[in-house]
Amino acid sequence: MISTKPNVLVQGITGGEGTYWTEQMLANGTAVVAGCTPGKGGQSVAGVPVYGTVADALDEHPIDLSVIFVPARFAKGAAVEAIEAGVPTVIVLAEFVPVHDTMEIVALARAAEARLIGPNCPGVVFPGRDFVGIMPGWSDRLFAPGRIGVVSRSGSLGALINLNLVAAGYGQSAFLGLGGDPIVGTTFRDALGWFEADPSTDAVVLLGEVGGPMEEEAAEYLPSMTKPVVAFIAGQNAPEGKKMGHAGAMVSGGKGTAASKMEALAAAGAHVATVPSDIVALLHKVQPH
Amino acid sequence: MFVEEHDAKQLIAAGGIPIPTGKPATTAADAQTIASDIGLPVMVKAQVPTGKRGKGGGIVKCDTAGEAHGAAERLLGSSLGEFTIGRVLVEGCADIAHELYVAITIDPSSAGPLLMLSTEGGMDIEEVHESSPELVHMAAVDIRTGLTATQAIEIAARTTLPADVHAPLAGLMLTLYGLFRQYDAQLLEINPLAVTAGGELVALDAKLVIDDNAVFRQGELPEERPIGTTLELEAKDQDFLFVELDGDVAVLANGAGLTMSTMDAVTAHGGRPANFLEVGGMAYKRATPALALVLKNPRVKSLLVNLCGAYARTDVIAEGLIAGFDQLKPELEVAFCIHGTGEERAQQLVREHLGIEPHETMDDAVRAAIDMAARASA
Repeated sequence: MISTKPNVLVQGITGGEGTYWTEQMLANGTAVVAGCTPGKGGQSVAGVPVYGTVADALDEHPIDLSVIFVPARFAKGAAVEAIEAGVPTVIVLAEFVPVHDTMEIVALARAAEARLIGPNCPGVVFPGRDFVGIMPGWSDRLFAPGRIGVVSRSGSLGALINLNLVAAGYGQSAFLGLGGDPIVGTTFRDALGWFEADPSTDAVVLLGEVGGPMEEEAAEYLPSMTKPVVAFIAGQNAPEGKKMGHAGAMVSGGKGTAASKMEALAAAGAHVATVPSDIVALLHKVQPH
Repeated sequence: MFVEEHDAKQLIAAGGIPIPTGKPATTAADAQTIASDIGLPVMVKAQVPTGKRGKGGGIVKCDTAGEAHGAAERLLGSSLGEFTIGRVLVEGCADIAHELYVAITIDPSSAGPLLMLSTEGGMDIEEVHESSPELVHMAAVDIRTGLTATQAIEIAARTTLPADVHAPLAGLMLTLYGLFRQYDAQLLEINPLAVTAGGELVALDAKLVIDDNAVFRQGELPEERPIGTTLELEAKDQDFLFVELDGDVAVLANGAGLTMSTMDAVTAHGGRPANFLEVGGMAYKRATPALALVLKNPRVKSLLVNLCGAYARTDVIAEGLIAGFDQLKPELEVAFCIHGTGEERAQQLVREHLGIEPHETMDDAVRAAIDMAARASA
């Protein structure tokens, strides 16, 4: 998962968000080598050449990752185009992607052995190296080079915990934002496996939330890990049957509660915080610096 | 979007799945007439967007048209769970030999559709799965190929049903899968699916939940009954993600994860949150109406604003809140914690325009807001 600095394609680069974040990424070390917007081949944005199709961009540039800035209803088309063209890693940022579209993207990514991150995610940050997505990767209050792997469904909770970590003198090997939808391409289980194998990570902070089985499934993997994991689950008083902002954050039929996730993670050996500010304290115990 | 039984049945019937003869009624007199017309006995069924109608007394078998009148009269206008019954479905009874459960749902573990079939129809499938997992047959469907005939036959054959039912049941499941895809369903469930004495399959109930994110491409759909409190519905009209709770500390934060965590911290420190409302994502430019919403809740005694900007700019949110304070002039006390994108300017705005010093840590702000609520209640 992007262990080395990727050459990045921005799909939807000519839109307002695509252009703004391309400028931010370029200013902060990200190798944005090409952009893509149907019908706008030949233009350039912030000095980055724009192509009409992903295949055209691939003809001219080596591309390791595509980040998709197009609106939700066009996200499937863009992701499918990138995966079919052979881009190995695809990040879908859009919120409100229909879940049937996500199922199709995930199935295609699996068949093509591509890595999908998202949808409805804030992207990834490698402090001191680069960032891809819509996190302020340049902020030295939120991010500092270091050895803690942080993985979160939510961008905003990720921001808070990153802020706390940096204030306490820690830094991150990587921040991975997985997304708040019921189905996402990269799961906590995937992220833990990646951090376990990553030589620049010593410990992992997992930021989950109510809804779905992703945290419980990650807990099944924990006993085989050598690196300590500190976890927090948001939504401890989320009422049954209400979507807590994220489409995936819903307790349904008594399943997917914070209590179930906290129990599963604790039983599997994670250090589980009940309030966000406990995370740093727990990290001090397992990974003093 | 939850599609009520009668509407869901019309959709699956149009797709080729047999349903009993029936019609909805909004008055007891209509229910009586429909019962006489379609032939007795009939079922009178409350139409509300919830499961557990049977257990709640919302489904009544009636042997005479007069009983149908009485049942409809009793149900219409009464409540079932959080819903008032405005409509009943009056429909004919099937001559049931077997009751099955069949559903297609979205399985987050396999990230694809999941077909479920059980001979324990009419029951709560979760309970059946808990007590007798061997009676619930499941098949993960590859969305790239869709449910295949072989797969459908194979899962039908796993049941103890007579062999001559397997092929028609497989056919029905293939139709159901097509409808699941066509309607962007998160759940399409028939429970019970009757096998009649004559070997026919009839959907005695139907439940359809359509992905809210896909409604835009669904064309004409039945009218949706709004679900939620008055304030929640008002928030929904304004495209806010809002959940009303029974506490007294109003919470405004950016992003779903941070907002939930802020509520968790309020609870952990001994307070009670009054709501979930996030002003992150695309909502970060609409802090003024967001503030108006949380303050409408009469239980609110203090306000906690917790911002940690990443994508959302905290200075833009602060500007919106200040405009809201100018307009609404709320009397309650407010505790702020502001970090992340735009924090210096946001903190300065709050200091200068509201005369409030933001707290350095979220825990300090949370404790302050709880104390403010306690003081206001005293």
